[in-house]
This record gives sequence, structure tokens and C-alpha cells, in this order.
Amino acid sequence: MTIDTQPRAVLDPEPQSLRETTRNARRRERFSKGMTFLLFGTVMAAIVPLVTLLTIVVVNGWPAINGEFFTQVEPLSYRDRGGGYLHGIVGTLYMTGIATLISAPLGLGAAVYLNERPGRYANIVRFFTDVMTGVPSVFVGLAVYALIVSGSGGFGLGFGTLAGAIALSIIMLPIVVRSSEEMLRLVPADLKAASYGLGARQWQTTFRVTLPAAAPGLTTGAILAVARGAGETAPLIMTALGARQVVTQLTGAPQSDVGLLMLGGFRQPFDAGIERAWAGGFTLIAIVLILSIVARAIARRSQL
Amino acid sequence: MSTTLTTPEPSKLRGIGGGRADRLFRGTLIFAASSVLVILAAMIIRTTIEAWPVFAKEGLFGFVFGQQWSVGTSRSEVTGTYGAFPFIYGTIKTSLIAVVVAVPLAIGIALFTNEVAPKWLRRPLAYTVDTLAMVPSIVYALVGMYFFRLYVWGPAGQVIADSPLTSVPIIGGFFSGPVLLSSYWSAANILAIMILPIITAICRDVFAQVPEDERNAAYAMGATRWEVMSKVIVPHSFSGIVGGTMLGLGRALGETLAVAVLIGSSQRWAGRLFAGGDSMTAVIANTFADAHPEAIWALLAIGVTLFFITMFVNIGARLIVARVGGRVGGGAVI
Repeated sequence: MTIDTQPRAVLDPEPQSLRETTRNARRRERFSKGMTFLLFGTVMAAIVPLVTLLTIVVVNGWPAINGEFFTQVEPLSYRDRGGGYLHGIVGTLYMTGIATLISAPLGLGAAVYLNERPGRYANIVRFFTDVMTGVPSVFVGLAVYALIVSGSGGFGLGFGTLAGAIALSIIMLPIVVRSSEEMLRLVPADLKAASYGLGARQWQTTFRVTLPAAAPGLTTGAILAVARGAGETAPLIMTALGARQVVTQLTGAPQSDVGLLMLGGFRQPFDAGIERAWAGGFTLIAIVLILSIVARAIARRSQL
Repeated sequence: MSTTLTTPEPSKLRGIGGGRADRLFRGTLIFAASSVLVILAAMIIRTTIEAWPVFAKEGLFGFVFGQQWSVGTSRSEVTGTYGAFPFIYGTIKTSLIAVVVAVPLAIGIALFTNEVAPKWLRRPLAYTVDTLAMVPSIVYALVGMYFFRLYVWGPAGQVIADSPLTSVPIIGGFFSGPVLLSSYWSAANILAIMILPIITAICRDVFAQVPEDERNAAYAMGATRWEVMSKVIVPHSFSGIVGGTMLGLGRALGETLAVAVLIGSSQRWAGRLFAGGDSMTAVIANTFADAHPEAIWALLAIGVTLFFITMFVNIGARLIVARVGGRVGGGAVI
């Protein structure tokens, strides 16, 4: 094809062309340019808030970050300066870690199922996984409270690390399933066929061929899910509840979380508490953005 | 779609009947896949049972449209009055305003990214907008409370409240002052920023589905770039845009902390835009920690109501988006 279909060619005014050069055409072209400029404005409407938000978090959070912030717990009063979010950081990492241990294998298994055994059941599972990504996180918190925490009808485990981790894992699960499935779908059928041709069983093919081939993409999906889990606070109100000291027990004692500490701190009118909340916000943003950059760097290395 | 491809199967010569490991493997896979459905069902059933006494006392109609929410302190029975209308109203109002603000922006961003921006800029642009989805809700709450509402939404609301818009009959009252800093307006604005990425991502995906031939045909007819976008790409993607909008609406309905901090937590609901109010997620998040057992049932009842509203919106959205076909799904911002 040698016909140039680019819009640019239409724009260049050249004499003796077949292109109409009536006033109407020029007016339409001007209108088009104006609207394109407006579209650029909408892009700015997304970028300006993002840049503003990041700038403000850095400007307010960075000065409040110091060694104490990561090594000490918060003082009992929001008025007192000093201290930090050690207990919150421990809680967030602890709960996110357990949630990853639950949701990553489960989600990966579900994704392999969706990929290996397509059919009506797979379609139903896929559909409800999509629906599950839209379930409000606060509802997940309430449900885990009713199922796990509450003693009347639930397991009665009480507020704590495990309940919080389960809530986070429920939020992470559909993200892991869908992103993993997308990645597994990219594995060429030839690879699997070659493996089967050599006489491999299905589990051997999955573990030795499909999963290794998709590994970078799967890691990316898992990291993005972790980033989502680490930043989630609402369901922890009903499951972890919050604590004032470092908690290492799995059950039986309420657990703390960076988001919960921030929520407590910045809704009080005391400068010291608010400053720590900014530092907490900076920490969360840093964790989440670093995870997402790592995830994308891994995704770019993927051979698929 | 994977269903249209032929999935390689294990060799028949290998003797499937004897593969105990394979059967164990498939059993594990079915267990994992079913876990999604089991978890979803368990959450719905357990919360509904727990919330049932409240629904039984108020009746579904009384619960949804009742205006009074006075919490009792009982441990075993429902003694208070639970009318969740102010919360349901606040949730729907803020979410709808957020969608009205976010959808035109999202369509514009997606059009710019896919059609106008040079090739090298497309991925960075998409990443940048997706990054908005990565920011935790609690950080939006913090920045919304200490910056946006004070320096952006508050003054902007004041400009609107002072403008001649307020003297327009019928709709004028909606925009009238006084402008509160924690209001439906602030909550709707933070929601608009938060749902922008998901709607933009869906729009990008559906715009990419428009056949290149249709685009080129329009250019060949002498259409300008804007005419191609507005008369070919957007109409062709209409159902996808509707699906993305509903997906964004679902997100807005369920968004918790940013709204809880910014909506004002006032049980007196108001028709005005700049008045304080409350939403379903906000009342759950704000009152759970101090709630008596009875009040927790009532909060669970709000949670169940919220779940079913978002469920309907999401199922509708997913059905529409799935009909568009191809690889539409929101990618990084699911």
C-alpha cells in the first residue's frame, strides 16, 4: 500500500490538490485543532492532581521521616512529638505477607484452572472473579468480621493479624487470578504441545513449562496485588482493629497498621499526630510506587 | 478468547487413567478456582444472616427509606431505629456526581492517549493515569483533608456558589451556599479522581478495538481528526464506555476512607451540593470501632445493602464490557 492515510497529509496545504479548500473545510480543521487542545486539557486534569498529590505527600512527609519513625512506637498522646509507626509498619508487612501467602497460590491455581480447562465452569469463575474485583473493600472487612472475628456464628478468632490478613487476601485474590490468567494465556500453545509430545503429564507440563515461561508476568501480577493489599486500610478497621504496641501473635491480639495509625492521627487536631500521619502517607506511597515500578520493570523483561 | 484456541491436551498414549498425580493436580485446580465462588457466597450469606434482625425489624422498605438512625445499646436484640436513607442518599449522590465529572475526562484522556499522542508518549501516559489507581485510599483522604478541600474544592465551590448559577430556577438551590469544606462536593471530587483510572483504562481498551479500516475510511473521506474521534471512534465504542462508566460507578459506591474523611459525617441529609452529609461506607468506617453489638448488626445491614447495589452495577458493567469482547478488562487497574 502506498496510499498515505495519515491525517498529517490532509493538513498540509498544497496547491493543485484534490483536497477541498473551502472555508468550511478550514473551519472544520480549526475546530478539530481546538478540540484536540481540549483533549490535552483533560490529560492535564489527571496529571495535575497526581503531581500535586505526590508533591504534597513528599513535601509534608519527607521532613517527618527520621530514624525514630521506623524504630519506635507512637507515644500515647497525639500531642507528643517523637516516636514512630514501628508497630504499624510491622503490622502492615505482617498482614500483607500472610495475605500474599494465602492469595498467591490460591489465585495462581485458579488462573491455571481457567487457562487449562476452559469451559462453562471456567467462564462462571472468570465472571465472578471480575465481579469480585468490584466488591467494596469495606464490605470484605464486615464479612470477615462476621465470618472470622465474631464469636456468634463465626469462627470467633477475635480481632488480630490473621483476620486482617484474610481480609486483605480476599481483596488480593481476584487481582492475582485475573492478572495471572492474562499472563498464562500468552504462553504459546506450541510450548505446551511440545511438552505433551514428549510424554509429560499435565502437572509436569504446568510446573516445568507453562509456569516458568510465564514467570515474569506472574510475578508482576503478584506484586501489583501486594501493592494493593499494602495500601488497603478500610477492611482492617473491622478485622485488625489497631494496636499501640508491636504485635507478633497471629491471633488473640488486635494488630496495628500504617493506614489505621494515620487515620487515628490526622483526624485529631494535634500537629505531632498529623506530622506522623504525613510520614506514614509518605511511607505507604513509597512502598506502593516502588512495588509498581519493580512490577513493571519485571514485566518489560518478559519474553512473551 | 482462550476458548477459541485449541488447548493442547496430554498425550492419550501416556495413559491418563493411571495418572494419580494428574488427578490430584486437577482436584487442586478445581479447589482453587472454586475458592473464589465459595468466598463470595460465604461473605454474602454470613453477613445477611448476621444483619437479618435489623432487616426483620425495620423491613427492607423501612430500612432503605427510613430517615432516622438512632443506635441502641443492646447485646441481644434490636432496640434502636435504623433508617439508612441519609447514607444511601449520600453514597448515590456523591458517586453520580463523581461519574459525571470523571467520564468526560476519562473519554478525553483515552482519546488523547490512543489517537493524538505520539507513539512514544502513549505508554508513559497510560502508566501515569494508572498510577492514580495505585495511590492508597488513606493517602487520598489525608491529602484531600489537608490540601484539596482547603485550597481547591473549597474556593472552587465558593466561586460556584457566588456565580449566577444559584439564581437559575429549580437547579439554583442545588448550588447555593454556604460552602462547607467537608461536603458532598469534596467527597464527589475525590471520588472523581479515584475512579478516573478505571474508566480511562476501559475506554483505552475499547477505543483500541475500533478497526483501523473504519478510522482510515473516515480520514479518506476527508474527515478531520476530531470528526474521526467523535463520529467513528466514540459511537463505535459506546457500549464499552457505558460499561466502563458503570464499573467506575461501582468503585465510587464502594470507596470508603477518602469519603469517610471528606463527606462531613452529618446524619442530616441535604439536597444542596455544598452541605455536609454521610455515606454508607463512611458511616461503617467511622462508627464501627465504637459500635455496640446491635449497632454492628445495623452496620452489617448497610454493608449488605451496599454489596447488593455494587453487585448489580458491577454485574451489569461486566456483562456490557464482556460483550465488547477482545481484551477489554482494565489491565493494570483491576
